Formats: sequence, C-alpha cells, structure tokens
Amino acid sequence: MIELQGLEKRFGSFVAVHDVSLQVERGEVLGFLGPNGAGKSTTMKMVAGFLRPTRGRAAICGADVVADPVAAKRHLGYLPEGAPCYPDMTAAGFLSFIARIRGFDGAEAMRRIGLAVERTQLSSVLHQPIETLSKGFKRRVGLAQALLHDPDVLILDEPTDGLDPNQKHEVRELIRSMAAAKAIVISTHILEEVDAVCSRAVVIAQGRILVDETPQALAARAIDHNAVRIRLAAAPGAALLDALRADAAVARVEQPEPMLVTVMPVNGQAIADRVGALLVGHGAVVRELSVEQGRLDDVFRAITRPRDANAPESSLPASSFSVQ
Amino acid sequence: MRNIGVIFRRELAAYFATPLAYVFIVIFLALAGTLTFFLGNFFERGQADLQPFFSFHPWLYVVLIPALSMRLWSEERRSGTIELLLTLPITMGQAVLGKFLAAWVFTLIALALTFPIWISVNALGQPDNGVILASYAASWLMAGSMLAIGATVSSLCKNQVIAFVLTACLCFVLTLAGSPMVVGLLTGWAPESVIETVASYSFLTHFGSITKGVIDIRDAIYFASLIGGFLIANTLLVDLKKAD
Repeated sequence: MIELQGLEKRFGSFVAVHDVSLQVERGEVLGFLGPNGAGKSTTMKMVAGFLRPTRGRAAICGADVVADPVAAKRHLGYLPEGAPCYPDMTAAGFLSFIARIRGFDGAEAMRRIGLAVERTQLSSVLHQPIETLSKGFKRRVGLAQALLHDPDVLILDEPTDGLDPNQKHEVRELIRSMAAAKAIVISTHILEEVDAVCSRAVVIAQGRILVDETPQALAARAIDHNAVRIRLAAAPGAALLDALRADAAVARVEQPEPMLVTVMPVNGQAIADRVGALLVGHGAVVRELSVEQGRLDDVFRAITRPRDANAPESSLPASSFSVQ
Repeated sequence: MRNIGVIFRRELAAYFATPLAYVFIVIFLALAGTLTFFLGNFFERGQADLQPFFSFHPWLYVVLIPALSMRLWSEERRSGTIELLLTLPITMGQAVLGKFLAAWVFTLIALALTFPIWISVNALGQPDNGVILASYAASWLMAGSMLAIGATVSSLCKNQVIAFVLTACLCFVLTLAGSPMVVGLLTGWAPESVIETVASYSFLTHFGSITKGVIDIRDAIYFASLIGGFLIANTLLVDLKKAD
C-alpha cells in the first residue's frame, strides 16, 4: 500500500535521504527508527507529498505522490512532525474544516468527527482554542485529524512525542487497534515503542536504511541476546566455570559478582538447556536464572553510532554485525 | 471549487477569530473618514461626489493591505501548518486561490462598511451613482492587486514583518509608478519605452481615471492581469519555498 523505490532527497550537495526502497502492506505497523537528522522526517514528508523527491518514486495505494498527488493524499492520514494545527481554531472547528476538505458534509461529517474525537479522547477540550491546549491534547488533535477519514495508510511522525505515559499507552493501543485494517508507518526514537506496537522495524541513519526486520530480530542482534544470567547460592567452583567455558556453544563466561555468572552464547544461539544441564551436573544451587532478550537500545547504538576507531563493534558493516 | 470554498471559509473565519479583523476594519473606516473630511475638504469642495474619499484609497491600502496579506503564507510556514495544509487532498492552486479570495472578500467587507459616506453624499446632492459604483469596483480591484502582491511576498518570507515592509514598499512604488518621482528616476538614462511601460503600471493612473468617471475596460484588465500574474507566481513560489 506504500511503495518507495530508490527515494532520494538532496538539499544542495547534502544528501538527506539516499536510495530508500520499502514496501508496506496492509496489517503492517512499520517503526521508522533513527537518530535525529537521520532522514526519517524527510522520507515521511516525501511520501506525504510535501517534499518532492530528487530521485525515485513513492506511491500510496498505487497513486504516485508526484504525478497524482491529490489521489495519493486521499488515501493518506498524515501527522506531521510536531503535530501542527491552526492555533486560533477550536478543536471542533479544526476537525470540521478537515472533514469538509476531506469531502464529508452534514451528518456524515458529524459522525466521523465524533468517531475521531472518541478514539483520541478529545471531547473535554473540543471547544477550546487549540493554542490553549496542552502538548498532549494538541498531539491528539493532530491524530484525530489524521484518522478522521479512516485512511488506508497512516503516516505518523513521532505520534507519542510529548505525551505522558498514560497517553502514550492510549495512543499505542489506538495504533494497535487500527493495525489490522491499515498500513501504518510511525517514526520514533523511543525504542520501547517499536517493541510495543510495531511488526517491523526499519533503522535509518545518515539517510540510508541499515536494518529492516522484525523488532525481535533486531533485539536478537544484541551482544547479550540469549545470554544466560545465573545467580547461585554459593560462588561457583572452578570446575563448573571451566565446564561452561568448554561448551562449544559458549563464547564467554563473565563473573561480575562472586555469585553471579553470565554465559554468553556463540552467535546468539539458545543455550539455556545446555547451561542448565551443566549446572545440575555440577550440583550448583541456582537462586535465579534468566535468559537475556537483548536490549534494543544497545543494538540501536551499535548500528547507528557514527563509525570511529574507538568503537570496535561498530567498525563492522551493519549488515554483518553479529555477536562475537 | 468545493475545496477553494472550504479553504476560503476557514481563512475568512480566521480573520474574525483574532482581533485582526476588527482592528483592520475600525482603522480603515476611521482613516478613510478622517482623510475624506479633513484632508479631502469633502464639504468645502461643494461637489456631490466621492472623489476626495476614493483619492485616498491607494495610500490607505499601501499601509493597510500589507498588514492583511503578510500572514497569508508566512504564518503557515512559521507554524508548520503549511505541511498540514499541503498534505490535504487539495491542489496548490486551490490553496492559493482560497486564501486570496478570503483576504479579498475581507477587504470587500471593509469597503462595504464605508456605505454611510455614500448615503451622506446622496443626502447632500445628486451624485453620479454609476461613477461611485465603478469607483468602488476599482478600489476593490486595486485592493485585490495589492493583496496578490502581498500574498506572493508572504510566500517568500517566513517573517511577517519583513513581508509587511516589502509589500508596502512594492505597493508604494507601483502606486507612484506614473508620477514624476518614479519617472524622474528613469528619465535621461532609460529608453522611452521602458519609462512608458513603468508608468503604465501605475495604480494611481488606472485607479484615478475610473474615479474621475472615465470607465475603460483596459483599467479593469490591468488590475485583473496583475492579480492573475501574481497569483500564478504565488502558486509557484509556495511550491518552491514551502519546506524551507
């Protein structure tokens, strides 16, 4: 439903977005991740038909955003960065403007505004000027505007920025509830959000796509993915540590505290059962045992950190980045 | 058409949502009245016409129209709402026309509210109401031309004050284009044809001939082509500068 082919944007000699190709289908929630200035917003602006691509093409539901912009925009609900709305208008006035420009009149317009207001929980502030609203409410007015015509494609640039934890939760619930019927793209630099709502994570830095996979696969790139942390009742004997080190699937054994052992696997493979068997074999008394899932934050930093000599793991190309 | 109408309604309502509309109308009416009666010697002339009233319109517009037009695009760009507006399913031309028409109709409202002076002059004598009607039309067309210039300048500037000053300067020069002040600057070095062309763009010349009762379709064409030309430029410039 969203199709990008070799999309490129230059500002003078600066390449903001370089050769981005993507396809997003109905039912997908794509999380667009990247550091500030990575080209997330520029890409979204091109798909929304606000910026003209320097090269490549973008299409929404088959309509090219440059050749047939009005048709493309009809299928699109777009929340621009910062959720700009006309500050002098009331939320109700603003939404009825959006309804009219989307081609709805009378009872149908009222029904759609009512639905959007209900979904974004705006009813308490409907008749206040938007400039007097809190950041969270402004963001929700922007969301209501994007949802009003029940579009096939939703592009939301940082939809939860500035919301409190409860509001974030509500917006995520809202996105999840719509996910099955739409193709949704959200940009964010909050990684927990990707875990919470996205079915697909695309990491972009310096205008290039570095990673395009599920959030789980992204987490699996973490150095400690599937590592086993064991808290023992007593400090482990040398025999147990040697046995753990000797296992073919174990890359490294760390002992940050006398009674705490972390076993790192080779290539992120699952080693809990082998470690468990060794522990039982050596008669160790286990207080706690957990399998690490890998932290998205660490993966994100490793992938997007500017390449320099001080960071040994980031000197590898992202695509071949793997657990050592 | 429908989209132009929706944009038009939102824009026009936006004028009245802030004090801008009321301040503009009150100042326009106060200045128009004061200038007519004191500087224009409305009573002392002893003639039942509205020449003194209309003769100040170009100068009033030079100061007041830029205040109206400066926000048209600058504000959208500054607040980022331009990104919202231009990602709605409308064309650039519809947005430009809707905004322009709202501002233009707003000046029509201000102009219509000067009706007491028309009643006065009809109470005092038998003026040529045809000329008065034509003068009102010409005044509205002139306001439209300046608004189109102002909208174009506004699409170039993110800063409203700069848009105001530039528009006022441009309108001032265009108003005076046929006068010795501007012609004198060119005489002696510019070819005759250039001087004539510049002079032919004068608001004062075109507006003045209508208010004196000389109704020539060419004057209307002049204003209409100014509006059309600047609105086309406006559309292109919004497209070019929207994301800066």
